[in-house]
Amino acid sequence: MKIHKYDTVIVGAGGAGMRAAIEATKRSRTAVLTKLYPTRSHTGAAQGGMAAALANVEEDNWEWHTFDTVKGGDYLVDQDAAEILAKEAIDSVLDLEKMGLPFNRTPDGTIDQRRFGGHSRNHGEAPVRRSCYAADRTGHMILQTLYQNCVKEGVEFFNEFYVLDQLITEIDGVKHSAGVVAYELATGEIHIFQAKAVIYASGGTGKFFKVTSNAHTLTGDGQAAVYRRGLPLEDMEFFQFHPTGIWRMGILLTEGARGEGGILRNKDGERFMEKYAPVMKDLASRDVVSRSIYTEIREGRGCGPEGDHVYLDLTHLPPEQLDAKLPDITEFARTYLGIEPYTDPIPIQPTAHYAMGGIPTNVEGEVLSDNTTVVPGLYAAGEVACVSVHGANRLGTNSLLDINVFGRRAGIAAAEYSAKADYVELPEDPAEQVVAQVEQLRASTGTERVAEIRRELQECMDANVMVFRTEQTIKTAVEKIAELRERYRNVSIQDKGRRFNTDLLEAIELGNLLDLAEVMAVSALARKESRGGHYREDYPNRDDVNFMRHTMAYREVGDDGTESIRLDYKPVVQTRYQPMERKY
Amino acid sequence: MATPVLDKVEAESAASPYITVTFRIRRFNPEISAEAVWEDFQLEIDPKERVLDGLHKIKWDVDGTLTFRRSCAHGICGSDAMRINGKNRLACKTLIKDINPEKPITVEPIKGLTVLKDLVVDMEPFFQAYRDVMPFLITKDTNEPTRERFQTAEDRERFDDTTKCILCAACTSSCPVFWNDGQYFGPAAIVNAHRFIFDSRDEAGEQRLEILNDKDGVWRCRTTFNCTDACPRGIEVTKAIQEVKRALITRRF
Repeated sequence: MKIHKYDTVIVGAGGAGMRAAIEATKRSRTAVLTKLYPTRSHTGAAQGGMAAALANVEEDNWEWHTFDTVKGGDYLVDQDAAEILAKEAIDSVLDLEKMGLPFNRTPDGTIDQRRFGGHSRNHGEAPVRRSCYAADRTGHMILQTLYQNCVKEGVEFFNEFYVLDQLITEIDGVKHSAGVVAYELATGEIHIFQAKAVIYASGGTGKFFKVTSNAHTLTGDGQAAVYRRGLPLEDMEFFQFHPTGIWRMGILLTEGARGEGGILRNKDGERFMEKYAPVMKDLASRDVVSRSIYTEIREGRGCGPEGDHVYLDLTHLPPEQLDAKLPDITEFARTYLGIEPYTDPIPIQPTAHYAMGGIPTNVEGEVLSDNTTVVPGLYAAGEVACVSVHGANRLGTNSLLDINVFGRRAGIAAAEYSAKADYVELPEDPAEQVVAQVEQLRASTGTERVAEIRRELQECMDANVMVFRTEQTIKTAVEKIAELRERYRNVSIQDKGRRFNTDLLEAIELGNLLDLAEVMAVSALARKESRGGHYREDYPNRDDVNFMRHTMAYREVGDDGTESIRLDYKPVVQTRYQPMERKY
Repeated sequence: MATPVLDKVEAESAASPYITVTFRIRRFNPEISAEAVWEDFQLEIDPKERVLDGLHKIKWDVDGTLTFRRSCAHGICGSDAMRINGKNRLACKTLIKDINPEKPITVEPIKGLTVLKDLVVDMEPFFQAYRDVMPFLITKDTNEPTRERFQTAEDRERFDDTTKCILCAACTSSCPVFWNDGQYFGPAAIVNAHRFIFDSRDEAGEQRLEILNDKDGVWRCRTTFNCTDACPRGIEVTKAIQEVKRALITRRF
């Protein structure tokens, strides 16, 4: 076992982690622990763009962007955070340009912008061009540019180090972050990183669904690490289903395709979004479009022999436009479906895409241990966090923005904290829990297989807590997850070695997914209303009287060792905007 | 709106799509043996699935010790470059039906980098070569502009192709010069130098060209075009290398 000491440790090297690292490395001795090589992170899969009211191509301002974000999030957004997001968006995009990001350009040589779902002129009048983009690989260019700047700044990476535990030390009854415990994939060695400040930027948890745009590696590791140490998770019932995943595979086809003029059609060729969102049509917010697609499918207007998908039609767009603006997604259609998007429509279905909820933070990225108390030395940013700028439904292009704005903020805040703070004493035997977990899995002779439990979990989640939910489906999910958690205790792996043991890693990841799936289902069951990405058929309306509040889920362990989830609620920060009926 | 092609695809998929294929995989685990061996696995698979799906079926249902890197599973993250039927490809972008599944499908680690376990290689020398070309924008501005730097659409287009690189190493590890001499920078590093040399905003082109003028630089390229064939992103790698060579001669870029 090795012990390392750093001022600042960052967990994860996607957009948020590397944006934080660029700031933290300039100000403090920083290490980035990442389970993947940095350029493998899922930020690279983001396509359509990054929102900022640059007003390069038409009138726009940050206040309109703030409003759209609040409305898009169905008024569960903390409005102070949304205002920061929209205001700092502009410098955030300009910073990336100065770092070298090759944005597409206007004829004048400025950064070009395009339309995206839910982004509007003057509080919903009409779509506005707010998304700054680099073809349909904006996330790829952000990830590359941030990695390039990490190389430039000499950021110290520990690649293929998997953080398994958050170390907490209580001082005068206040939980402080003391560091993290990591598992080195190449050797099987366990490392303790003592740090004054820790930033989680480890991404989402979409792999508990079967049809998802998420990478295999998005298993909620950061959320699970802090949750197991008694810290809350916020708004976990809110998960976004992106309207246009490749049918059955879930691979993302950017909303930018509709921003460029693409149209959704049912089996009759009807542009059905006109019925559901007369103004924004195909560019309504994602929750609205995904529900509309499933309504079409349920009412028998889906396409194909099983009527289980609809079409994304790009055939009316000139091939030159597709080649210039949407080269990657048209290539996906050719590679994975054998379809030529110039001439044929692409079969799509909603795909599990983004966790709005996560580790609660304030606008400086400081993690909360309850509704108001900060955990000194602990930070989070990006999809792992819930600040909350996305509320009940995130707008497209606001996540690439979120990682840059709040990644930067967390990096600065953490480094400034570690510059003045002392190390917190490590708990006694800090690696105890991780050693026990790893040894138990290696030694287990149980009869359950990781892949089988994961399959059943994913099928259960798709069937019961996706776009449409009811009390009954959620209860079914809660019961099934409990059964799977019980069976997981009897899981065994075949690879008993120390070197690159990905069999072991997948078993640990499954444990994280099971814990977070349970939090999601329990949080969803208690929210007896429909808001944004959480749609209850038995409670189809938004209920601002009882549920205009954030869910806070805590893991409780009884004296006899039994685990349970305690739910609490946190008020929403409202500044400028009163909740209104949401229409697109 | 035309649909006939798709309906045909769907009708086919309604019938039982599975075929039996053999995956012949190069296995190596120094914890068990110093020797690498071939191992065959037979599996039932839909030929429209990816090689990565086949590897997952083996790992998840047959042999959990099979080790490979993967993440996004759709050709964007660059984790799963491997040698499939003797050619470098991404396992997640290669469909079974496209690689002659009647015969055993061979899967080996990419060449020229030390194998650590099964299909996992040591990527560190590859990333070191990348870092050596200074892969970041360098400007001499003393006063940064308050807004974005201007760049015409044409200037932006000039280096578009090389911005697509995902650092998967399929190109570098397909290069015979790299196999014989690991000191060679390799195509991927040159592609990433190209991305900055031909960016109108960058002002360190001369420095980068000098780095690539080294004995292990661009002149080692023998234009075998293996790299261009291997690139899963369709980058014209050899052309980019030629453009860097030309820039070295003419000092114009």
